[in-house]
Amino acid sequence: MFIGKKRLGEMPAAEITDHQVYLNRRQFLNGTATVATASLLPLSMANAETSPEPTFLDLKKSSFSMDEKLTSYDSVTTYNNFYEFGTDKASPALLATKFPDKSKPWRVTIEGECDKPGEYDYDDLIRPFTLEERIYRFRCVEGWSMVIPWVGFPLADLIKRAQPNSRAKYVEFTTLYDPEQMPGQRRKVLDWPYVEGLRIDEAMNPLTLLSVGLYGQELLGQNGAPIRLVVPWKYGFKSIKSIVNIRFVEEEPNSAWMKAGPREYGFYSNVNPDVDHPRWSQSRERRLGEFLKRKTELYNGYEEHVAHLYTGMDLTKSF
Amino acid sequence: MSKLKTTLFIASLFPAIWLVYALLTDQLGANPIESITRDTGLWALRFLWLTLLITPLCWLTGWNKLITLRRMLGLYVFFYALLHMLLYLWLDQFFDINEIIKDIIKRPFITIGFFTFTALIPLVITSNNAMVKRLGGKRWKKLHRLTYFIAIASSIHFYMLVKQDKSEPLFYIALLVVLLGVRVYRHQKKFATLASSLS
Repeated sequence: MFIGKKRLGEMPAAEITDHQVYLNRRQFLNGTATVATASLLPLSMANAETSPEPTFLDLKKSSFSMDEKLTSYDSVTTYNNFYEFGTDKASPALLATKFPDKSKPWRVTIEGECDKPGEYDYDDLIRPFTLEERIYRFRCVEGWSMVIPWVGFPLADLIKRAQPNSRAKYVEFTTLYDPEQMPGQRRKVLDWPYVEGLRIDEAMNPLTLLSVGLYGQELLGQNGAPIRLVVPWKYGFKSIKSIVNIRFVEEEPNSAWMKAGPREYGFYSNVNPDVDHPRWSQSRERRLGEFLKRKTELYNGYEEHVAHLYTGMDLTKSF
Repeated sequence: MSKLKTTLFIASLFPAIWLVYALLTDQLGANPIESITRDTGLWALRFLWLTLLITPLCWLTGWNKLITLRRMLGLYVFFYALLHMLLYLWLDQFFDINEIIKDIIKRPFITIGFFTFTALIPLVITSNNAMVKRLGGKRWKKLHRLTYFIAIASSIHFYMLVKQDKSEPLFYIALLVVLLGVRVYRHQKKFATLASSLS
C-alpha cells in the first residue's frame, strides 16, 4: 500500500554541518544491508537495539534535528496518549495493533479557504513530497518528554500545493471518527472527533511536520498512523494523530481539548515553563529513561525558530 | 482469628513487594517513577476503604472480632501513604524544600494531599492500646473520626490529579458514598428507634 518509501536523499551543501556528518554515518550504514540493525544506530541510541529494521531508506537528514539521546523505540511505541484507544498509556499499543484497517483506503480531505482543495488516497497525498528524518523533542502537557526520530515532510509543502487564499487564517485538522476501529470513541471522554488547529504562520513554519513514520518505520496505530502532525514547540496534544481532514478556515478552530477544559488548555499550548497548567507546574519534565527531572525550556528549546511568531503576545493570556 | 490476621498482614505487604519486583524487572512501563508513585497512592486509598469496610462488615455478619483487623489495615494505609509521600518528595521534588513549599501552596491537589497525609499522623500515634487508654475511649473515637475527613480529602486529591477520564476516581468515590452512606443510615435508624421508644 505504501508507495514512495524509498527516496533518494538530497543533501544541500549548506546543511552539511558537524551534526550532519554525524548523522550521515547512519545514512552510509543504512546502505549496507548486511550490517545488523543495532550497529546502524549512532552510539547515542545504544538503548534502542530493539528497534526494527528501517523500511524508509535514504531519508533526507535535517538540520532541525536535535543531537540528543533518542527515547527507546519500545517507550515511544508503548507509552502513548491516544484517547481514541483508551485513556491510559498502555491501551493504545494493545488496542491499535490492527489500526488502520488496511482493507479500507485512508482518505484525506483538504478543503476550506484554498484554491486547490481535494480528496486524496494516502499514497497520492504523500507521493509529491520528499520524506526526511527529523529528530525532535516531544513534551507532553502532563510533564514527561521524549526524543523521537520522526519520518515526514514539512506541512508547508502540502499547504503550498493547496494554495490557501487570503481568508485562510488558520488550519484545522480532524482525526478519523470510527468507533468500530477506535474503541475509545465509544465513551465520550472528549468531544469526538478530535480536532486541532494552528495559525497559518505556525502551520507554515519549517519545523511543523506531517509525519508518516518514526525510527525509519511506518507509524504504528498507537503513534497516529498513517499520518499525523508534529509540532515540536507545543505540548504533545497539539500534534494530532490519524488525520482525515485538513481545512483552511478564517476563525480560530475550537480544539477538542479547548472544549474539554478551556481554562486548562488554550489554542496555542506552547511549551512554556513559566505558564503552569492550573493543576500542575510546567517548570520541569521527566525525560523518559532519565532519573532526574530536567528543566523545561521555553518553546521546548525551539525558541530561535518560533519566538518571532509570538512577539507582542501575552503568553500567560494566549496560553 | 490470629491466623486470619497473620495472613492479612502478609497479603497487605504484597503490593509493595510486587512494586519493587516489577521495578527491578522493568515491568512498570516507560515511566516507572510515575507508575510507582501513583500505585502507592492508590494502595493507600484502597487500604483506607478496607478499614472503612470493617465496621459495616461487623454489623452485617455480627462477627465483631473482625474489628481487631482494623488497626492493622489502618497502619497499612499509613505505610502506603508514607511511601507515596516519600516518592513524591524524592523523585518529583528531589527534597528541594523551596519547590516543595511552592508546590504545596500553589497546587490545590498537592495541598490536599499534603494535609491528608498529616492528618494520618495523630491517628498513627494514637493507634496503640496505651494511647487508647490514655485518651479514653470516647475521645479516642472522636479523634479517629478524622478518618472520614481523610477519606473524603483523598478522594478529592485523586479526582483532581486525573487529567480527563475521571472514571477511576469516580469508582472509588462511589464506593466511599456507600461506605459512609450505610453509617448515616444506621445512625438515623438508631435515632428513630430511640425517639419512638421515648414517645
